[in-house]
Amino acid sequence: MSNDTKTQASAPTSAVDPRLLQRESGLQGYLNEFKRKIRGGDLGSLPVVVGLLVIWAVFSFNDSKYFAATTGTFVAYYMVGVGLLSLGLVFVLLLGEIDLSVGAVSGLAAAFFAVLSVNHGMNPWLAVVLTLVGGALIGALQGWIFAKIGVPAFVVTLAGFLGWQGVMLWLLGSTGTINLPDSGLNHFLSGNSFFLGGDISGGYILALLAVASMAVSSLLEQRRRRSAGVPFRPTSEIVLRSALLAVGAFGAAFVLNQDRGVPNDLVLFLALLIIADFVLRRTSYGRKIFAVGGNIEASRRAGISVSAIRISVYAISGAFAALGGLAIASTTSAAGQAGADPNNLMMAIAAAVIGGTSLFGGRGRVWSALLGMLVISSIQAGLYMLGLNLDIQYMIMGVVLLAAVVVDSLSRRTQKSSGRA
Amino acid sequence: MTSAPVLALRGVSKRFGAVQALTDVELEVHAGEVVALVGDNGAGKSTLVKTIAGVHPIDEGAIEWEGREVHINRPQDAQHLGVATVYQDLALCDNLDVVNNLFLGRELRRRGVLDEVAMEQKSRELLDTLSIRIPSVRIPIASLSGGQRQVVAIARSLIGEPKVVILDEPTAALGVEQTAQVLDLVERLRERGLGVILISHNMADVRAVADTVAVLRLGKNNGTFPVQETTQETIIAAITGATENAVTRRAARTAEAAK
Repeated sequence: MSNDTKTQASAPTSAVDPRLLQRESGLQGYLNEFKRKIRGGDLGSLPVVVGLLVIWAVFSFNDSKYFAATTGTFVAYYMVGVGLLSLGLVFVLLLGEIDLSVGAVSGLAAAFFAVLSVNHGMNPWLAVVLTLVGGALIGALQGWIFAKIGVPAFVVTLAGFLGWQGVMLWLLGSTGTINLPDSGLNHFLSGNSFFLGGDISGGYILALLAVASMAVSSLLEQRRRRSAGVPFRPTSEIVLRSALLAVGAFGAAFVLNQDRGVPNDLVLFLALLIIADFVLRRTSYGRKIFAVGGNIEASRRAGISVSAIRISVYAISGAFAALGGLAIASTTSAAGQAGADPNNLMMAIAAAVIGGTSLFGGRGRVWSALLGMLVISSIQAGLYMLGLNLDIQYMIMGVVLLAAVVVDSLSRRTQKSSGRA
Repeated sequence: MTSAPVLALRGVSKRFGAVQALTDVELEVHAGEVVALVGDNGAGKSTLVKTIAGVHPIDEGAIEWEGREVHINRPQDAQHLGVATVYQDLALCDNLDVVNNLFLGRELRRRGVLDEVAMEQKSRELLDTLSIRIPSVRIPIASLSGGQRQVVAIARSLIGEPKVVILDEPTAALGVEQTAQVLDLVERLRERGLGVILISHNMADVRAVADTVAVLRLGKNNGTFPVQETTQETIIAAITGATENAVTRRAARTAEAAK
């Protein structure tokens, strides 16, 4: 809760122990708070942002063309499909569980969609709805077995990992691949269709929207908190945060505009991230997910139906896996046996963890899916550009993942020793 | 007290497999009354509390709420009736902050969205009226000390405006000053007209705040005493089984050996 630990002179502060955590108002207070958090091990997204900057610096140093637009688009292009799997996985990781089936479910979803829309000529939109519902049902089934029968989630989803892959191969039949037309939704998701037709204003409009909505909502919240007499963010902090977001958003828009614009699938991904973030942080459903991830017994005693939360979270994961599968299939214009590539699963888990979502449950944000995928895709794009082979790529990815988990574990240890675990 | 008890247990029994945890237990709690539930380890205090709280549904007997029989099969049932329980193992979510823990399971909403501002405001008011001192209402529970967690847990039980509050060993892990604070808090609950069931091993605490002492021994009632008119020895005798216990047996043995 980075935002709320400040105290205001006029607020009723008698509930607050004067020895602890007092915070001066204004920017100085914000900076002091920031330093205290870093020392306390509450690193947030700092390691991954620093890591990302280092990665970009290293590759740009090696090849000045790295930051040329094609790389940016390349990153965005490959990021969305696996990023959607990762987004669904964040929900599961917040429970402190794992879903190993997302890769297989994504492959199955793509095959299912292809069979419905191509082989049977069904309306593609109807096929998409059926596919997403199917993904959610698969997730709910796994969640039900986990929550109601008590089989460990790892085993249930491992069985799913094998089983759904089998169903996918059976659906695809002997040909093994079904080509998808590059039209309609597939075109939209393929990474080759662009926001506002790739017009240069598109990216900047999106960036402006993002910054403006964040600034306005922060200011509105500040006003409400101020009138309610509870601590609020100082204006200087809001300005600083909005400025940082502006640098990131307009920077991304600029890079993407160097090539063809902002891909529509990226826009969809960002929109889903915002919705998921809203659900997790602003609704009682999201609060329940955090509670179950933090302490199952406490959640149960607070009247939360732990089974319902578990089943619904696995359903969400399944639905995102299905959507991710459609996106992956759209980029390759085919639903094939490679759809259930186990690497997608590994990358999705790695992305969530690299982005800062704890494997131990109760701690994390959906943005880790985006940040983690940015790291992974940036490395992949860079290594690809340098012409390094797959063997080296895997080794480097392994080291990066390990580094992320080490940072997570170390920061947890620091948090414990400074009483903030 | 002439009015019907707000909560009454009539002949409640509970078994776990071969273990008969509770046998024909009776208990009455009136509004504005502090009932201390005492008994040795394994006497069934915690089990009794859990049957009221809906964690373990009763096997036999009846639970009456304001004079009519109710069925408490799930924690939610107890919550809806107006029973709030503070367990010994506080059951707070370490990863959530104080406000979120206080309102866990009954979040305030504004147009369907969590109303953090109102929740934070109410948390501060509540903690203020209870004179609870914590660093900030927005730090995770993991950062608080044991005593601070205890008072947060008790404060949390009051959020839902309950009629009966069950406190399981609320002072067990607390320092002198914090114990006094919790006892003050218990008295304030009584002044508010709540029924309080206080489980405690500490006779000083019991005598300080309780109106009635209900003694459990081996899963059965072993007497209910008004605190004012009962000596500590009588209560302890009821807890330990008075005439027939290890101490008297040992005395008998030593007396025999001495012959």
